[in-house]
Amino acid sequence: MKLNMVEAINLALKQEMKKDGNVIVLGEDVGVDGGVFRVTEGLLKLYGEKRVLDTPLAESGIIGTSIGMAAYGLKPVAEVQFSGFMYPGFDQLISHASRIRNRSRGMFSCPMVVRAPYSGGIRALEHHSESMEAIYVHTPGLKVVIPSRPYDAKGLLISSIRDPDPVIFLEPKRVYRAIKEEVPEEEYTLPLGKCNVVKEGNEITVVSYGAMMKLVLEAVEKLENVSAEVIDVRTLSPLDDETIINSVKKTGRCVIVHEAPRSCGFAAEIIARINEKALLSLEAPVKRITGYDTVIPLAKLENEYLPSVKRIMHGIEEVLSF
Amino acid sequence: MKKVLEQFGVEYLQILKEDGSIDEHLMPKLTSKQIKEMYKAMVLARIFDNKLLALQRQGSVGTIAQSTGQEASAVGSAFALEKNDFIFPSFRESGALLYRGLPMDNIIRVFGWDERGAKAENVNAFTMSIPVATHLLHAVGYGMACNIKNDKKVIMAYFGDGATSEGDFHEAMNFAGVFNAPVVFICQNNQFAISMPREKQTKAKSLAQKAIAYGFRGIQVDGNDVFAVYSAAKDAADNARKGRGPTLIECYTYRIADHTTSDDASKYRTEKELNEWKKKDPIDRLRKYMEKKKLWNKKDEGKLVKELQDSVNKAAEKAMAIEKPDIEDIFKYMYKEMTNELKEELNDLKESLKYEA
Repeated sequence: MKLNMVEAINLALKQEMKKDGNVIVLGEDVGVDGGVFRVTEGLLKLYGEKRVLDTPLAESGIIGTSIGMAAYGLKPVAEVQFSGFMYPGFDQLISHASRIRNRSRGMFSCPMVVRAPYSGGIRALEHHSESMEAIYVHTPGLKVVIPSRPYDAKGLLISSIRDPDPVIFLEPKRVYRAIKEEVPEEEYTLPLGKCNVVKEGNEITVVSYGAMMKLVLEAVEKLENVSAEVIDVRTLSPLDDETIINSVKKTGRCVIVHEAPRSCGFAAEIIARINEKALLSLEAPVKRITGYDTVIPLAKLENEYLPSVKRIMHGIEEVLSF
Repeated sequence: MKKVLEQFGVEYLQILKEDGSIDEHLMPKLTSKQIKEMYKAMVLARIFDNKLLALQRQGSVGTIAQSTGQEASAVGSAFALEKNDFIFPSFRESGALLYRGLPMDNIIRVFGWDERGAKAENVNAFTMSIPVATHLLHAVGYGMACNIKNDKKVIMAYFGDGATSEGDFHEAMNFAGVFNAPVVFICQNNQFAISMPREKQTKAKSLAQKAIAYGFRGIQVDGNDVFAVYSAAKDAADNARKGRGPTLIECYTYRIADHTTSDDASKYRTEKELNEWKKKDPIDRLRKYMEKKKLWNKKDEGKLVKELQDSVNKAAEKAMAIEKPDIEDIFKYMYKEMTNELKEELNDLKESLKYEA
């Protein structure tokens, strides 16, 4: 059946809750309202108030109580309404969720998922368009997953729920409904810690994730004469650098696209790995096409700020003609 | 129109007075054996505290937080729990942890720079939390899980007066109220958050009354009176087990030692105040009661102290004899399975260490 990302995530939640009585969904407006983006629509009716918890408006509370539930042995899937509101709960992530296994030498663990709509492009208010994935990647003990399309979202979320460690699952809301594709009805998993080679090629490697993947694929399609290998990172932590390194060794050129701010952004990490493991294969400096080290502007300037299809095409051409 | 919506009162409870006499009407049901057990647990906490301090002074463990003076609050509260109940300690709860069965050498190892000490099966206690108040949400989440699973456990969470200023304290109290979580909040009001007196944490007259705003019961008890602490904790635990939700108990006590061994409390409080509180010592008070009731004599005391000192010394020897952990341990517990990145980093470290050697 053809589903968009909201429907695919909703289906994954329904199926995992059915399969495992320990899966609990909690967050602001996730029950009666079905979530502000309708991702949790229908769950309350199916699984009742004990397993679908409309919580008080408190992000630290949502994440902190999820840690307690996970320590008990449940598998909480917490929703933070927008990733820009995660920070009051960030203390719980960096001080506890990510460390409990280590602190207790494996006696306790924290198998939980924190889902949050993330990144820009929907003409939203301030704080609703941020891309701060790097802070989670930089936090030892967390896993970070960002799907780019409905099929991936379902398989990756199921894997995240079944994962024994805390997973930050960032959902690019710009493509929540922008892509509709065939998604199998039955449950399936996609491995965490594995990049996806979306398109094979041998002239240049283009690495991206999240909402930018759609633009990258459009850019590559328009550059008919270029044989580009396109890699969707999918799991930022742990990072499967092997797939990226092997591709760069083959193509000798690389462009990385993300909408997050540039300095210490995820592209910087990929460049460091290429530097460590494939430097001598490079024919040109690796280019990053990213957001800037500013606050993401409101909608009147958002299109100028965010990487565009043309900016990506230009970047690819620049690296190819070096 | 103007009318009174609700009116509130805040209770205070004291049963055992400083001279060892009790208020018979308020005395909870306790056998002589149980009272002796309480006493033993309190004396153990004190002797253990002194041993930790000695180990710190000789450089065998790092910074420690002593609990001397707060033994009645720790033991009286933990005594109200059943084996399967679960506690969430702060960093100053050796008394409660030891009573719950955490081996002494585990605690010594944690303060002695060895994470392995935190692992102790079957104690039904969460790993000690160093950040202030953040673990209260874990306790509430654990309690919510018990409700979801119809598991009749009681969850007890320990924290200090300073913690009541943290946002997570308020979020925890609020969630506990909204979800009717079976949690007993034990606030060890020992009058100081490092140097900051209680009056500078809140304008409220008591910490107990903070529960009222969250829709559940709060009570202040004489925290140096083990019977009052036990009585309030037992009521709270019974209520929680019966599905009547959370309670906040403010144990009004005093931190006799410095905040930690890195602190010098003489900078911010007087000798006179300290001596006044020493007169209220929870252990002396209970011993006076037991002596009055002919439950205890000097011979018993001598025997108990020797026995406990021996066991504490043995535990310290055991803790000190343990080999250094493996280098792999740094990486091994970040995830259930070590990631490729961590494997590479571990190899990196091993190579570096080879070079450095």
